[in-house]
Amino acid sequence: MKIVALCGVGVGTSAILKINAERALKRLDIEAFVTATDIAGVSTVGADAQVILTSSELVDAIGKTNADIVVIDNYFDVDELTAKLETALG
Amino acid sequence: MPLPPLPLEAIAIGVHVDDWRGAVAAAGDALERSGATAPEYTKRMIAVIEEFGAYVVIAPGLALAHARPGPDVHTEGLSIVTLADPVAFGHPHNDPVSVVLGLAVTSSDEHVLLVAELANVFNDAHVIPSLAAATDADAIRALLGVPTATEEPS
Repeated sequence: MKIVALCGVGVGTSAILKINAERALKRLDIEAFVTATDIAGVSTVGADAQVILTSSELVDAIGKTNADIVVIDNYFDVDELTAKLETALG
Repeated sequence: MPLPPLPLEAIAIGVHVDDWRGAVAAAGDALERSGATAPEYTKRMIAVIEEFGAYVVIAPGLALAHARPGPDVHTEGLSIVTLADPVAFGHPHNDPVSVVLGLAVTSSDEHVLLVAELANVFNDAHVIPSLAAATDADAIRALLGVPTATEEPS
């Protein structure tokens, strides 16, 4: 399973999202590959992803995708990530 | 891995700004003062938000200002600015912002450990309001888990 953490420029915020998504997946005991990318790369990197994690601000920029888009409000809230990933993957 | 030491130049407390551009510019100025970046990097951090919106407001009250690595980044660096009066960035959930972190990295790969430590620090939900209320640099350093002035080797 592949999960993409998306931000505008591919450093910083997406890396934080990736790290905390991995923590949430560990809590859920779900094995998944989480990768960070930027808007320019999301169409290729996200092509085979089940879930794209991002900010509400970036949803419109993602374009056409088969992945579930999961909007995260607080990137540091592992409880929020855990609950939303559980819903998306359950 | 602990966060890099935060020099005094990289910390600005109770800064008065008019809007989000001023807040990001203050974080960029702090990065410049600490020697991490050139002025062009500050402009690029503002341009990221102009292009992609307020997604850098990644938690209630906190913006992580940043841009891609580039020739205007001299060394990896972190700055922190607290605002006298919070400003709106235009984020639907996390406005208004009272703490701005400025982040500069030299490559996309190298910053992962630094960011992991940021995640460790900020996974404690009390840290952002405590930073916003801090009145001196050592209080901020203590909250971020970096050495305070008295702990630094002489």
